[in-house]
Amino acid sequence: MEDLSLHILDIVQNSISAMAETIRIAVMEDDTNDRLTVLVEDNGRGMTEETVKKALDPFYTTRTSRRVGLGLSLLGAAAEFCGGSLIINSQPGKGTSIEVWFPMSNIDRPPLGNMTDTIITLIVCNPDIDFIYEHSTPGGKFVFDTRLVRREVQDIPLGEPDILEWIRSYLSEGLNEIRGGA
Amino acid sequence: MKSLQELEEIRNKTRESVYLRKDRAGIRVVVGMATCGIAAGARPVLLAFLEEIKKRNIKNVTVTQTGCIGVCRLEPMVEVYLPNQEKVTYVNMTPDKVSKIVSDHIVNGQPVMKYTIGVDGR
Repeated sequence: MEDLSLHILDIVQNSISAMAETIRIAVMEDDTNDRLTVLVEDNGRGMTEETVKKALDPFYTTRTSRRVGLGLSLLGAAAEFCGGSLIINSQPGKGTSIEVWFPMSNIDRPPLGNMTDTIITLIVCNPDIDFIYEHSTPGGKFVFDTRLVRREVQDIPLGEPDILEWIRSYLSEGLNEIRGGA
Repeated sequence: MKSLQELEEIRNKTRESVYLRKDRAGIRVVVGMATCGIAAGARPVLLAFLEEIKKRNIKNVTVTQTGCIGVCRLEPMVEVYLPNQEKVTYVNMTPDKVSKIVSDHIVNGQPVMKYTIGVDGR
């Protein structure tokens, strides 16, 4: 994967497969502690302790069509490669959270990439799932929640082009703001 | 700054066309979004379809995702379903192939053979 936003798009697919109804994605850029943390939290079916242990193994997958599952292991490897790590917390019936952190200033850290494109793609493909996206930088915190959009648009699907365009501008404006208007 | 109030206007403006669409048989564009597809460039392909469909104001198309289609070396892959026609699978997709597929296939019903798995996937 070229950047973290693609990794995020990829590992959120696990939450979708786990039948999650709400998925929270949080990106924290913490300059003081030189940490870039990404959190993906879902209320899907969760995993047993045993499955959690196997989840980072590239030769483990729940699907039956083939015997490898690379998403989480690729992200875990990318983090460890530059001195970070990936932690999985999961409870059957409750959900799963994936927390991965990278040393922000490490030269091998993948760039964050385009989070707006990732969020838009997730909404288009999963119009019935609720996504909460939080992003904090030293410049502030931005929160986007599809449940608030849904409240306004009522029965109109979130995949409608005009709604998507609104979401795209809202995300880019919000992200610009916490990046100091750059 | 974008305000939530604007969504109310969009809602009122959009409602009519959404109801119209429910009565019509839809076209489906399905993009492979497993690890293989995403790593190969599925996201910009999907966004290019959205862009092109919006630009041409085509109303009866749904863009959605699927998992691994099974031939990872040919990703990004896109399946197009037209009502009463057989599924067409496009392989090695890039954003610049999208406008031709939308105009020839989605609008005019003629698949772009040279991008399909039968021709490009060999």
